[in-house]
Amino acid sequence: MTIIAKKPQSLTDIPMHYCPGCGHGIVHRLMAETFDELNIAGRVIGVAPVGCAVFADDYFACDMVQGAHGRGPAIATGIKRSKPQAIVFSYQGDGDLASIGMAEIVHAAVRSENITIIFINNAIYGMTGGQMAPTTLVGQVATTAPKGRDPKLQGWPINMCEMLSQITGAKYLERVAVDTAQHVMAAKKAIKKAFENQVKGVGFSMVEVISQCPTNWHASVEQALEFVRTQMMPQYPLGVFKDEGAK
Amino acid sequence: MPRIEVDANRCKACYLCVSACPKKCLGKSKTISKKGYFPAVMERPEDCIGCTMCYMMCPDVAISVIKE
Amino acid sequence: MTEKTLRKGNEALAEGAIRAGARFFAGYPITPQNEVPEYMSAYMADAGGAFVQAESEVAAINMVYGAAATGTRSMTSSSSPGISLKQEGITYLASADLPCLIVNVMRGGPGLGSIGGAQGDYFQATRGGGNGDYRVIVLAPNSVEELGNFPKLGFELAEKYRMPCMILADGILGQMMESMAFHFDPIDPRALGKLDWAVDIEKNGRPKRKVFSYKGDNLIADVTERAKRYGLIEKTETRWEERDCEDCDVLLVAYGLSSRACLEAIQKAKEEGLKVGLFRPITLWPFPAQRLAKLATRAKAVLAVEQSLGQMVQDVKLAINGQTPVYLNAYPAGGQPDGNSILTAVKSCLNGGKEGLFDLQEHAEGFAYECKRDLSLGVQGDCKGGK
Repeated sequence: MTIIAKKPQSLTDIPMHYCPGCGHGIVHRLMAETFDELNIAGRVIGVAPVGCAVFADDYFACDMVQGAHGRGPAIATGIKRSKPQAIVFSYQGDGDLASIGMAEIVHAAVRSENITIIFINNAIYGMTGGQMAPTTLVGQVATTAPKGRDPKLQGWPINMCEMLSQITGAKYLERVAVDTAQHVMAAKKAIKKAFENQVKGVGFSMVEVISQCPTNWHASVEQALEFVRTQMMPQYPLGVFKDEGAK
Repeated sequence: MPRIEVDANRCKACYLCVSACPKKCLGKSKTISKKGYFPAVMERPEDCIGCTMCYMMCPDVAISVIKE
Repeated sequence: MTEKTLRKGNEALAEGAIRAGARFFAGYPITPQNEVPEYMSAYMADAGGAFVQAESEVAAINMVYGAAATGTRSMTSSSSPGISLKQEGITYLASADLPCLIVNVMRGGPGLGSIGGAQGDYFQATRGGGNGDYRVIVLAPNSVEELGNFPKLGFELAEKYRMPCMILADGILGQMMESMAFHFDPIDPRALGKLDWAVDIEKNGRPKRKVFSYKGDNLIADVTERAKRYGLIEKTETRWEERDCEDCDVLLVAYGLSSRACLEAIQKAKEEGLKVGLFRPITLWPFPAQRLAKLATRAKAVLAVEQSLGQMVQDVKLAINGQTPVYLNAYPAGGQPDGNSILTAVKSCLNGGKEGLFDLQEHAEGFAYECKRDLSLGVQGDCKGGK
């Protein structure tokens, strides 16, 4: 009997609290597989955000720090500069990273902190109950955009990979999705690369994951996946925006 | 022969695995789990090719894929 | 070790912190504390530590949060408006039971205020400052020598009780030069034992560790359990200095730089045959209430001297609990006390006068104020969705 695939060791046994069909769990697993495969599990120190993933510190088997909303890159900076041998990640949502924590993410990239950022973009505030995020699509309904996001009033969604690609210190930026098995495999490759970069000392690496939020999109899981493909991907094209890992 | 195990205590019945399966082996259980869901179950084990697509899509890490 | 050197307050503090084992510093420029990050940028790397100029005070305190979580002696410094920004991080540090050192070189406020020294942040420092139920140990130096030596005490208290410790200085103390000595040998933090709660890379099979702020269902237990440490600190960690307190008619209470002016007032009072003493709280939280209450029973009046509208005086009144009349000699928003002005207030305490004594309601006597909307100025108008 050979086990081909099972829960990686870098995840704890605690069942995740995420809603059915949510992408967080998939990304957690891809990260944990990466820790196991790169044999870095003992060195990983993670930063859990405020938002749906606030309990992520329960799910990863490594040492975890949970801090204030948006400040993950600053906290990760403090950890990494104090323990340069640690493999440090900051796991953040779109409100966290692209709104309240905009300064922290930009300046972590400017300093090219040798950390890995996993950015979950589901175009909505999840834990607080479906408010408009900086990444909410034009026309997308949110509890604070009841008539849909209107660019005249709320501006346009922000594309973080494209924006950060302008920063010299940002060394690896890729946008992936977790709506199909093929995309999940590509996401795994990207996440693995973002951590390999840190092991090699490449500098600031971020993977943006387009993720589904059936609950706050008021959609079935199937409809949510459809929304990812037909609405999210045109605004947030998948691909590599920067890769200076080899240079 | 490959087979899968679904941990009914982790499964939240999103059925991402059901739609991911290229052989359409998976289905929805008729019995309710402790969590209150109808978890995913293997309906046609003979067709399973051990491709791990179901494992890949499961957000709750409830699926293991085993080769006998 | 105890060799005297002439140093600027902020530089003595920075050097003292490195000697005390600080190996992580994050800060953001703000006057009048800039010499601290400047000194750190020059010497921290040589000491084997990390200096980061953060993008904001908010980021700086959160970097300290991360560094402190690894057990590294970590610190930040700023001045009043910057400390306001750091409050988010300070309450998180308190909730996550993380030790660190925070320095506030106070300037005039509120708002942008001025860059001169002031003591307007007493409430902010001693009442938590951020959200929720927590305390921060607050040390108030009154000399360059104390500025240089308090980082060691601060780190030790912070680590002992797993909580942030603040050094509350002011712009003048930070900027002035004095002869000072360090009263301890430099500490090599690499030789210190590991903390049994810190996140780390050498896990050696131990269970995972979590440093976290979110306590959810466990919040009541968490806060009440932590409060036991607060109680213990109040019982055992109060620090103060007494000068002629045992036999005085007027007992001055002042911390930080104000206490230096009080020494001048005591001298002048002595020359005039008045018996004046000084009680100087060194820990502002825990406030040395018990000792102050005891000393106050022997005095005719207690006079709080502070560079604010009256903040510490509230703790003085709580401590004395009505046993002895408490007065306030106030120098708000960067005003500076001197021996003569304090002496005037001392005399008022003794002869029932009012000169030099500050009371908010008396201050507003005969004052009327009304801000009204006036249609003759036009109408406010519709904001039409703001765009």
